[in-house]
Amino acid sequence: MADYKNEFGWFAPKPTVEKKIYSLKAVAVGLGIFLVVFGAPLLLNMGQVHPVPQPSLDTPAIQKLAEKERQCVEPTEWMRANHMQLLWDWREQVVRTGERYYTTSQGKKVLASLSNNCMECHSNKSQFCDQCHNYVAVVPNCWGCHLPKEQNVAKAEGK
Amino acid sequence: MLENAFVGTRRYFTLLAVLATLSAVGFLVYLKQLSFGLGITGMSRDVSWGFYIAQFTYLVGVAASAVMVVLPYYLHDYKAFGRVTILGEFLAVAAVTMCLLFIIVDLGRPDRLFNVLKYPTPNSVLFWDMIVLNGYLFLNLVCGWFVLEAERNQVPPPKWLKPLILLSIPWAPSIHTVTAFLYAGLPGRGYWLTAIMAPRFLSSAFAAGPALLILLALLVRRYTKFDPGREQIQTLAKIVTYAILVNVFFFFCEVFTVFYSRIPEHMDHFYYLFYGLQGKGWLVPWMWFSIVGMCIAALLMVSPKIRQNETTLALTCGLIIITTYIDKGLGLISGGFVPNPLHQVNEYVPTVPEIIITLGVWATGFLILTILYKVAVSVKEEIRA
Amino acid sequence: MGINRRDFLKLAGLLGLGGKAAFELVLPGEVEAAVAKTQATGTRWALVVDMRKLTDKVAARCIEACHSLHNVPNYLEPPDPKLALSEDLKNRWQIKWIWSDVYEHAFVGFEQDHQWDKLKGMNFLLLCNHCENPPCVRVCPTQATYRRPDGIVMMDMHRCIGCRFCMAGCPYAARSFNWRDPRPYIAKINPNYPTREIGVVEKCLLCEERLAQGQQPACVEASGGALIFGNLNEENSPVRAALRAHYTIRRKPYLGTNPQVYYIV
Repeated sequence: MADYKNEFGWFAPKPTVEKKIYSLKAVAVGLGIFLVVFGAPLLLNMGQVHPVPQPSLDTPAIQKLAEKERQCVEPTEWMRANHMQLLWDWREQVVRTGERYYTTSQGKKVLASLSNNCMECHSNKSQFCDQCHNYVAVVPNCWGCHLPKEQNVAKAEGK
Repeated sequence: MLENAFVGTRRYFTLLAVLATLSAVGFLVYLKQLSFGLGITGMSRDVSWGFYIAQFTYLVGVAASAVMVVLPYYLHDYKAFGRVTILGEFLAVAAVTMCLLFIIVDLGRPDRLFNVLKYPTPNSVLFWDMIVLNGYLFLNLVCGWFVLEAERNQVPPPKWLKPLILLSIPWAPSIHTVTAFLYAGLPGRGYWLTAIMAPRFLSSAFAAGPALLILLALLVRRYTKFDPGREQIQTLAKIVTYAILVNVFFFFCEVFTVFYSRIPEHMDHFYYLFYGLQGKGWLVPWMWFSIVGMCIAALLMVSPKIRQNETTLALTCGLIIITTYIDKGLGLISGGFVPNPLHQVNEYVPTVPEIIITLGVWATGFLILTILYKVAVSVKEEIRA
Repeated sequence: MGINRRDFLKLAGLLGLGGKAAFELVLPGEVEAAVAKTQATGTRWALVVDMRKLTDKVAARCIEACHSLHNVPNYLEPPDPKLALSEDLKNRWQIKWIWSDVYEHAFVGFEQDHQWDKLKGMNFLLLCNHCENPPCVRVCPTQATYRRPDGIVMMDMHRCIGCRFCMAGCPYAARSFNWRDPRPYIAKINPNYPTREIGVVEKCLLCEERLAQGQQPACVEASGGALIFGNLNEENSPVRAALRAHYTIRRKPYLGTNPQVYYIV
């Protein structure tokens, strides 16, 4: 049995092994399966109409406020686009630096807390938060730990 | 070259199917673990690492041992090993992959895995472990693959490969040293707080890894047309012999320091493992089997007759693999955590789901190993033809 | 030891900033700590447990105050009898922020053949020591646990990957892991404090949320004077007064973690 060599610097005159041509049919079948699997979400949802979410501001805490004070920590338009980033920043700020207050663009100091500030006014989590999140299919993982306090409000309204 | 993995005998595909099934079963149980939490394992508040981390530790050693074939070939120009370097490198690839999978299945929050990269923390040994393991995986995959490809095309390997191969040599002990530092740097864990933790890890690795490689080489010879070679196997056997002797020696160094100094915080873990503590000690027979078996295996390997007969060599290598596995897999982790810092004995026993997930990871590793070895062996057969 | 270390660090300064990376591995945070020490201002929270006043009843009150406030699940006595666990699981899954244990467990290695009668079986109140040199912080790969400037060893549950390296690192067994979803085992959830998800480590945070509002930690408030809390950097603080007036002991001080929970026996 002749030994072969593969040390550096050793050449053999033999040309490289020629490349094989693969079956076109197999490639087409593979591509087809790929398209079906990855296109499934699109195909399954085709033609379905989902109602546009209508988040409501009708909660006891907001109703209690005077008309003029009915404003979130930042303007509504800005909040709609950036609330996730704001919550993220609050989270870093409160946990990592211990600074628990946020200064709004109007110069007001507010408590930077999802459970203890946001949810005080927006006590209708399933209506206010979930509706939009379900519509755009995002699952924020806040609620595994933080409590929406919705049950408390439901109880309060019950009596 | 990969196309060689898609053709083969019925036996090859049966093996792949069995391994893939085991791997899939493990994955299903892992889904259960993801939804319920790590509570389906036997781990506890007191023994917070268990079977998964034990496998990880053992396999890092198996991976590191690839250097035992790469080093003699590239640094000492020991030509005979040219034929088996690829087997060592591909074994390392499979072993490191298993290591990474075991870390992932052990995480409480695998969804946050990338936090380790997002918040790099140089003072954590785990951060360095992540770097050395991934680096080693990359090095072995690249070095093994390109050398094999060059060999198939009968051209010299690309020039840029040589520095990578040379780098992989010191990198191998580094992965096991860093893994030892995970344990050895913790205050208040007497069993692990020893400066020879890393040397012990390396000695058991250089015994168990090449022993496994010998068994794999014998299997390859038996089931394929490629013969890794008798001389190669005999040289590996000598490496195993030295390493297992050093490993036994290190164990007794440890025993001397702990028992002559008589510091309770260090002795109690040995008592638990070899004697039982506070009436508990399910590991006692395992540990005695491990150390007695290891001593016997070391003595057997010293005898040239037993080493040169490939049947007795294979049996002794099997004994070495099992005994070092018990020592490093079962004993090291449990022994470090029991008794706990409050001197209470809360034992750890792996649960059935935990064992199924573990088997699943091993099956995945061996699936990768089978495919890589198939590719390597096909190339070797092709050249010879 | 402090002086030696300072000289050592001066030398390190001469070697230039290049050496700093190496120090981060061997003595993480020490460079900053040495600089901070020379200023010795600001706050350094510490806790003194007065064992003369700590009866088992008081200890139980402290534990109850902490665990109900912080939504710590109770696996020993689940709120719903249907959720009762086997002895084995109770033991394994238990989560403790503050707990009682006997002298022989709390002060391993301190036993004597002949000792003060009262010590035998005396129940000590144990919690995270908020070490000055915490091994858990040193080992954490994501800085999910870290030391605040006021000495609190803090947890960022948003960042924890659940590797449990900190549990192996802590020589006081002060850390617990969420082996399962804890919510069903919380008798009455406090909606103002988060619960935890599966797969993260938790421990006592010295009521940092109450400190932010100028309140004392819940256990201190519930202890009726058995627990003394305050700022070590303040000459006249109650902790400094207690430490001046009494002989105190700490758990495993020889490990060099510099624990900041002191016991008057």
